[in-house]
Amino acid sequence: MIALIEASNRAAQVDRLAAWLLAASGFVVLLVFGLIVIFAVRYRRGSKASRAPLPIAEWKVEAGWIAGTTLGFLAFFFFGARLFVAMEDASGPADEIRVVGRQWMWDVRQPNGRREFDTLHVPLGTRVRLRMTSEDVIHSFFVPDFRLKQDVIPGKEVLLVFTATRTGRFPLFCTEYCGSKHAQMKGEVIVQRPEDYARWMANAQPPAEVLAHGHNLFLHYGCSGCHDRGSIVHAPSLEGLYGATVPMADGTFRRVDATYLRDCILNPETVRPAGYPPVMPSFRGVVPESDLTEIIAYLEGSVAAP
Amino acid sequence: MSTYLDRPTVRSWLTTLDHKRIGLLYLFSITFFFTIAAAAAAAMRIALLSPSGDLVASDVYNRLFTTHGVLMVWFFLIPAVPNVLGNFLLPLMVGARDVAFPRLNLASWYVFMAGGFLVLYAILFGGVDTGWTFYTPYSSTYANGHVMLMAAGVFVSGFSSIFTGLNFIVTIHRLRAPGLTWFRLPLFVWGIYSTSIIMVLATPVLAATLLLMGLERAFGVGVFDPRIGGDPLLFQHLFWFYSHPAVYIMILPGMGVVSEIITCFSRKPVFGYKVMAFAILAIATLGFLVWGHHMFVSSESVFAGVVFSFLSFMVSVPSAVKVFNWTTTLMRGSIRMDTPLIYALGFVALFTIGGLTGLFLATLPVDVHVHGTYFVVAHFHYVMVGGMVMAYLGGVHYWFPKISGRLYPEMLARFAALTIFIGFNLTFFPQFILGYLGMPRRYSMYPPEFHALNVLSTAGASILGVGYLLPLIYLVWSFYRGRPAGPNPWKAKGLEWTVPSPPPEHNFDAIPTVTEEPYAYNPEEDP
Repeated sequence: MIALIEASNRAAQVDRLAAWLLAASGFVVLLVFGLIVIFAVRYRRGSKASRAPLPIAEWKVEAGWIAGTTLGFLAFFFFGARLFVAMEDASGPADEIRVVGRQWMWDVRQPNGRREFDTLHVPLGTRVRLRMTSEDVIHSFFVPDFRLKQDVIPGKEVLLVFTATRTGRFPLFCTEYCGSKHAQMKGEVIVQRPEDYARWMANAQPPAEVLAHGHNLFLHYGCSGCHDRGSIVHAPSLEGLYGATVPMADGTFRRVDATYLRDCILNPETVRPAGYPPVMPSFRGVVPESDLTEIIAYLEGSVAAP
Repeated sequence: MSTYLDRPTVRSWLTTLDHKRIGLLYLFSITFFFTIAAAAAAAMRIALLSPSGDLVASDVYNRLFTTHGVLMVWFFLIPAVPNVLGNFLLPLMVGARDVAFPRLNLASWYVFMAGGFLVLYAILFGGVDTGWTFYTPYSSTYANGHVMLMAAGVFVSGFSSIFTGLNFIVTIHRLRAPGLTWFRLPLFVWGIYSTSIIMVLATPVLAATLLLMGLERAFGVGVFDPRIGGDPLLFQHLFWFYSHPAVYIMILPGMGVVSEIITCFSRKPVFGYKVMAFAILAIATLGFLVWGHHMFVSSESVFAGVVFSFLSFMVSVPSAVKVFNWTTTLMRGSIRMDTPLIYALGFVALFTIGGLTGLFLATLPVDVHVHGTYFVVAHFHYVMVGGMVMAYLGGVHYWFPKISGRLYPEMLARFAALTIFIGFNLTFFPQFILGYLGMPRRYSMYPPEFHALNVLSTAGASILGVGYLLPLIYLVWSFYRGRPAGPNPWKAKGLEWTVPSPPPEHNFDAIPTVTEEPYAYNPEEDP
């Protein structure tokens, strides 16, 4: 038998809430079961106990129960909702790691481009934001020791934020049925001290190689046809674009980040930069998630290397 | 004296318009489907004896849990109390000679069987591995096997629900005996009434959803698959908009059964009759507004999560009040612990645990952890099996003398009821712990740390299996050989006990007039 470990910033809070629920439930179970047994014995047919009508008005009892249970339930609702809202807030600074679910593996891309399968290395005590999506069916990313779970949906990017609070290796499961080998879609989250994590990251394949691969995909999908500097089509050049703030046709401004680029590639009809005609075709269903990740990594990297 | 059981030819049974015979047709049919679904569960429990999943291949395991889920939900739990006990009892309880539309009633059974055979065909010739939830885009694009046939079977059987629901609603509105006002109706009738309303309102949504899924699978119409412009979460919204109310389709009639039994065997009117009736209506209404609690981790918005969490807590209030009222009904009663009461109190106990663990699932951060694990499996089995099946078996025993005109062996029946109660808890309680420890559901193999609790669960399932076999054997035997019961062996109130057992084909020689309040029991007269 395993004892569950509390290995993330939210684990202890979730456990405390569950413990309160357990205590309240235990109380109600004892009350109901106890009363049933007491009544069954005391009022068994033929016993001498009084059967006179109950001396209290029925509506008062009912009102009491309704008020009591409602108040108790509201308390649990409130504490649950408060914690949930806090832990679902994915904004703010964090290390970003990309995760793609695929039948039947977890494809992970670290911030520096290092790729791993079915393992996820994270530094201890650092806020980590997972940008997750699926390439085929719905999967669910579940780390019991972190009390962490998020469905991973095709065609949609979902964010998940956590901070690991213990070093070690923690099991990772898929908890949304995804076909034949669903039960084998397992992995591990490996939490390392920041210096160990940095050393592990440094062993990554050289970024140049990643960028080269991304550049090949950039050519392969025909992005360069319009977005290269020499192109005759009036399309934004992407060099040095990542991280910049660009004006939109409707007068607003947007920061060029991974989400923005994703939208441009998959849902160009929703992104209209000022000064460019809406001619970008959608690559939805054309570029698989893993390639998309590479291309975005390439665009991101081409800023660092001007 | 002639009874509805005379003329035992096959032809007369297959063309019968008698609600009592149709009730029995359903009884045989759902027992048949239950047996297959239970065998699938047994095979899964045996497979899970080994963590490495070497007893059955994962593809087989995935087909087993789909078979188990589809048959248990749509071909056993949903029709169990309404179509078997409801058909048999509703006209008797309201003082009518039959339901409002006897032909529609028979048609409903044929439609049900047609759906059932489509599903059986799909299972026998290849099977389906989507799970009973048919989540897209897996079901519409990626799954192999007879997904279309299986969905067609469920689609068709839905019409049976709609026909029966419609029939019951009209029967309750139009065919009540003189003097049988709404607040004199037995709570069983209230339960059947609410369930019928949900059946009529929610089942069409399931039909539409499965149809869209089928269109996408067969013709590539993009509704749910994002690669062709669909939204996979739309399916979940539509599916749970039906399937959460369907949980109440399953449980409300069971609550009705339990109310009948507890009052009869404690010789007391049910405590808080009106509150009990309104609680049933409240559950039925609020039950339509909580579907999003199946989707807390699906990436629905945080705001939606908070709203659905709130509503889920609110739907628990009337359920809690019902538990307290049943318990208080026992107070100062004159209690005899006969078999039906053992089942009814078993229901109250297990439903309480099922309901309380539902609060864990309604609490957002806790749900994030246990969603999709064995905790959820244990929770809904406590409600559906611990609650609903206990209520159904309690009802079958309570009305068995009325149905057959005979008594079953009381001691053996008590032993079986206790066996089921113990076996059930041994099977499913360990699964709460497994779930909190993080064992995901629908896993054909699992990490060895979870081994001990799985073995315990399988051991419990074997006891549960024996518990289910016993009534199957002794009730069949008693049907032919049991001691004659007389019209009212429990000295119960209610119109169904005023006619002979088994009842004559036309139920009542003269339509009765009701002058009594419901459950006019007096514990002081019968100490």
